[in-house]
Amino acid sequence: MSLALDKPRSPRRPAARRSNGELYSWLFMRLSGLLLVVLVLGHLFIMNILDGGVHKINFGFVAGRWASPFWQFWDLSMLWLAQIHGGNGLRTVINDYARKDATRFWLKILLYISMVLIISLGTFVIFTFDPNITN
Amino acid sequence: MASTTASERSGTSRGGGTLYRGDLGMWSWVAHRITGVLTFFFLFVHVLDTALVRVSPNAYDSVVETYKNPVVNLFEVGLVGAVLYHALNGIRVMLVDFWEKGAKYQRLMLWIILAIWVVVMIPGAYFMLERTISELGR
Repeated sequence: MSLALDKPRSPRRPAARRSNGELYSWLFMRLSGLLLVVLVLGHLFIMNILDGGVHKINFGFVAGRWASPFWQFWDLSMLWLAQIHGGNGLRTVINDYARKDATRFWLKILLYISMVLIISLGTFVIFTFDPNITN
Repeated sequence: MASTTASERSGTSRGGGTLYRGDLGMWSWVAHRITGVLTFFFLFVHVLDTALVRVSPNAYDSVVETYKNPVVNLFEVGLVGAVLYHALNGIRVMLVDFWEKGAKYQRLMLWIILAIWVVVMIPGAYFMLERTISELGR
């Protein structure tokens, strides 16, 4: 395979005046990914494997956990990081596979709406959780 | 390290010779995408079901009951497997990006994370399914 570059060091290269957005997005995926490894694997281990797995989970179990600010903060961090990490991943997938500009645009609008909805709802539930709520 | 490179094979590939057919590294990337997208869709449902704690204890408990169904329990093992692969391969990607020898050992690291995956998933699946299987036997 021959790769021909026309004067690679040519001074007449168009000036790169782009934003660094994609660089920060790339870096964010790695930093949030590192945190999520701990947060999500810890969450899955406690919820699905420890003490009988999913069978122990009910309203009382959730109330017991969210009585502690530690687990509230854990779940809140996990919610935000996972939504932004996953949303950014899906944004990349949409950019890669959507063929028409209109399809790409509307899929991303749908994605952003779902992200805002899930982050807002989850944050609202963690902050306003009431263990004494009646049936 | 690969026996043949993508460029050597591209002459015989489908799609007019433009289809990228990378080696094992490409499949690890494909699996990373699929597990990531699946996890994101699950997360959407999971935040909605957890939000029911704000409605009433009964509403939450009745929906969480569905997670205890044997078939859904099996899906949970699949979800944990998908997330675990995504996490381990994510660490591998970070090592490839930031460790000076990462690119050299990327193939070896894939075999290592797959081995870790198997070693974690065997007891993991056992503890996740233990109760479901013992109840089915009754």
